[in-house]
Amino acid sequence: MSATLAESAAGGLNPLRQTKPRYGEKVIRGILFAAAAVSILTTFGIVISVLIPSLEFFAEIPLTEFLFTTTWTPLFANPQYGVLPLVMGTMVITIIAVAIAIPLGLGSAIYLSEYAKPKARKVLKPTLEVLAGIPTVVFGFFALEFITEFVLKPIFPQIDIFNALSAGIVMGIMIIPTIASLSEDAMAAVPAGLRDGAYALGATKRQVALRVVVPAALSGIVAAFVLGISRAIGETMIVTIAAGLQPNMTFNPLEGMQTMTSYIAAAGAGDVATGSIEYKSIFAVGLLLFVITFFMNMISIRLVRRYRQAYQ
Amino acid sequence: MTTTLIPPADPRQVDLAGKGQPLADKTFRWILFVCLAVGVVFLGVLLAYVTIKGWPRLTPTLWENMPSLRRPEQAGAQSAITGTLWVIGFTALFALPIGFLGAVYMEEYANPSSRFTRFVEINIQNLAAVPSIVYGILGLAIFARALALGQTVITAGLTLALLVLPVIIVSTREALRAVPQNIRHGSLALGATLWQTTWRQTMPAAVPGMATGTILALSRAIGEAAPLLLLGAVTFISFNPTGPFSAYTTLPIQIYNWTKESREEFQILASATIVLLLVILLAMNAVAILIRNRTQKRW
Amino acid sequence: MMSRTMSDIHDSAAPQSTNDLANTGRMDVSAVLEGAEIPETVSNIVFDLNNVQVFYGDFQAVRDVTMQIGRNEITAFIGPSGCGKSTLLRSFNRMNDLIPGARVEGLLAYHGFDIYGPDVDPIEVRRRIGMVFQKPNVFPKSIYENVAYGPKVNGMKVNMDDLVEECLTKAALWDEVKDDLKKSAYALSGGQQQRLVIARCIAVKPEVILMDEPCASLDPIATAKIEDLMKELAKDYTIVIVTHNMQQAARVSERTAFFTADVDAEGVRHGRLVEYGPTRRIFTAPHDPRTEDYISGRFG
Repeated sequence: MSATLAESAAGGLNPLRQTKPRYGEKVIRGILFAAAAVSILTTFGIVISVLIPSLEFFAEIPLTEFLFTTTWTPLFANPQYGVLPLVMGTMVITIIAVAIAIPLGLGSAIYLSEYAKPKARKVLKPTLEVLAGIPTVVFGFFALEFITEFVLKPIFPQIDIFNALSAGIVMGIMIIPTIASLSEDAMAAVPAGLRDGAYALGATKRQVALRVVVPAALSGIVAAFVLGISRAIGETMIVTIAAGLQPNMTFNPLEGMQTMTSYIAAAGAGDVATGSIEYKSIFAVGLLLFVITFFMNMISIRLVRRYRQAYQ
Repeated sequence: MTTTLIPPADPRQVDLAGKGQPLADKTFRWILFVCLAVGVVFLGVLLAYVTIKGWPRLTPTLWENMPSLRRPEQAGAQSAITGTLWVIGFTALFALPIGFLGAVYMEEYANPSSRFTRFVEINIQNLAAVPSIVYGILGLAIFARALALGQTVITAGLTLALLVLPVIIVSTREALRAVPQNIRHGSLALGATLWQTTWRQTMPAAVPGMATGTILALSRAIGEAAPLLLLGAVTFISFNPTGPFSAYTTLPIQIYNWTKESREEFQILASATIVLLLVILLAMNAVAILIRNRTQKRW
Repeated sequence: MMSRTMSDIHDSAAPQSTNDLANTGRMDVSAVLEGAEIPETVSNIVFDLNNVQVFYGDFQAVRDVTMQIGRNEITAFIGPSGCGKSTLLRSFNRMNDLIPGARVEGLLAYHGFDIYGPDVDPIEVRRRIGMVFQKPNVFPKSIYENVAYGPKVNGMKVNMDDLVEECLTKAALWDEVKDDLKKSAYALSGGQQQRLVIARCIAVKPEVILMDEPCASLDPIATAKIEDLMKELAKDYTIVIVTHNMQQAARVSERTAFFTADVDAEGVRHGRLVEYGPTRRIFTAPHDPRTEDYISGRFG
């Protein structure tokens, strides 16, 4: 509605009108918008940098051969590009890691959430945070030099220097803080009223934890598991250092094996001619890795949103 | 436990003390504690191992000398130390302004229900969980090759900046959210514009949170090795970087290189360098905790 | 309905009927009876409201307000909770713009110009029409910087030291803080902080000061200081105050607007202006039975 009343009467200019055009504000808003949009550009960048060389790769190597044959020998005179050994290697090590991380992570979370006294929490939670902050190259070193040498060799004398078990164990411990902190967040979101009600009926802490809290926080806990698995799949340094660089179609954790990530690392760091099919295979494996972790991350995000909504 | 619902005729027979925790509960508690203890013990053993193993080489040669493959007893990690400083410098240079300003847009300017805002949020959540080696692929394809920046300090800085950007955005948003709304209202009611309010009141009040987020992000960047494997850091570098377009190596990469060597002297060198890296990270996190404890705003 | 005249009230020494508001003992209206009687209509109009309505999206928070605010008067908005008093107040300086989906219909004119007109700059509106909030929201900076903030962001070229001293003096705070202007504003008491907010507000040389329950979080002594300050400030500024405290409205204001909430079929409350007039009349001889009920404490 425009001014009608005294405008004509006063005959003067509207004192409330905009005197300065305030271009600065518009420019600033544009800059801020651009900064926020960088995240979208990053995703876009990842997709095209992985996708375009991959498409060129799949023009030469059929997708079915890539996904379903079992020989991965890019360096041979007659190279084979069946990615299953790499996927297998990733799977074996991930299974070992997750078999350790999920029980220990969930157990730690339940302890911190339901049992630990505030003083104990003050010491234990930061310890987990320190564990989370250790660079993965350090874990890889520890796996190769200590775990394989002093823990596994005595038990399995025939074990290879590079083996999946050592990498898997260390990776599992590395992932514990991820699973523990997300599970704990989910459990903390469970309303106190639910717990109190159970305690009032005479339930023990164990019963409350297992029958009330964990089921109530389940979607958040599952989200934590999924994120942990995704991290295990995408981890590079530990497997590159400790599990060796030989593709190996085996379930035997005492042998070394190459994973998707360690192939990308080894091939990418080495002398590979740009534009060669071998060079493009790096991106094809990268695409596979990205797709797998992307879907797991989406599932995890959906689950987190679900438990957050439930208790809002 | 044998309790009945019918009270006994003689009230003195009621025993509220019970018979202590049943075995199942005690065992359960112990199992949980062991779960936690495994991680703690592992951490302790790891720290002890690297310190003991690297002890002989925790001497000034570690930072005074350059790496050498032929004479390990004289090798040091100076090029890795300076390389790390250069790379992290550029990482901060790119990541901090973009991260801070992007978070400001999302918290102060954007309409929370618009499609763009929600799309950005999903993007950030996803990017936070993408494997770090995929960022290496991004850096290789776009920065090193397409933009022809080569395998240099600036490529590493840009790549790591994108890697830690989600951390900065999330922590800055949280810090901004903690600033009470009526401070903004007080400023706007005086005739200040939204930017004046944000720049002069909201952001200064959020500085402690932004600082701790920054330290978290840079700690992460310092420890990263996987993306840099694809960006040329593994080549043998025994000189300090001379500029943004210089070749480089970093501490985690140097550790990786030495770990790969079979000779025991290099394992000891790797251990010592690990201790150095951990000390740096510990110092940074101590600063972050100090900031967090010092600034208790009484709103 | 009752219609008392001035002489009736003065002459009664004892309650003349059960309807005698002034002597029911429910409220002390002696303050209302001080000072000169003012005319029913506003002569020097600052705000002219014509069928103003405030919406949040589809929800109508305030219905059909028609009134005028007079210059250099203190106008009080009273009424029970949830009847749109604060919402209406916030639309005077376009603070409602900050809430997504808020809009104003009708004509809210400031010196004849529609505040919501197409070429109006909300920033300029807020400079001329200042606001004091319920909880003192001083900035986490020094006392000096709090007062200097407004002039700085508005680009006012003034001698800042002089301006700060002048505003703190006008806000009755100078003597208490003059020794250390660099002290953090958080070190002040609640009452002092609110006076600092007032000083900060007048530093940008507004014409109007809007006050949204300014004494709600203060103790009685601090409240009394602010009320005295208001009466001083009214000599230079136009003041509109929202208050839950009827006695306060009676003590400080020249005009009072009484609002109530219509509750519709779904139980949703919509604010409505019931009655508006000189405070003295509102409190001693209200026209509307709802006003009389509220003032005599029968509801709200």
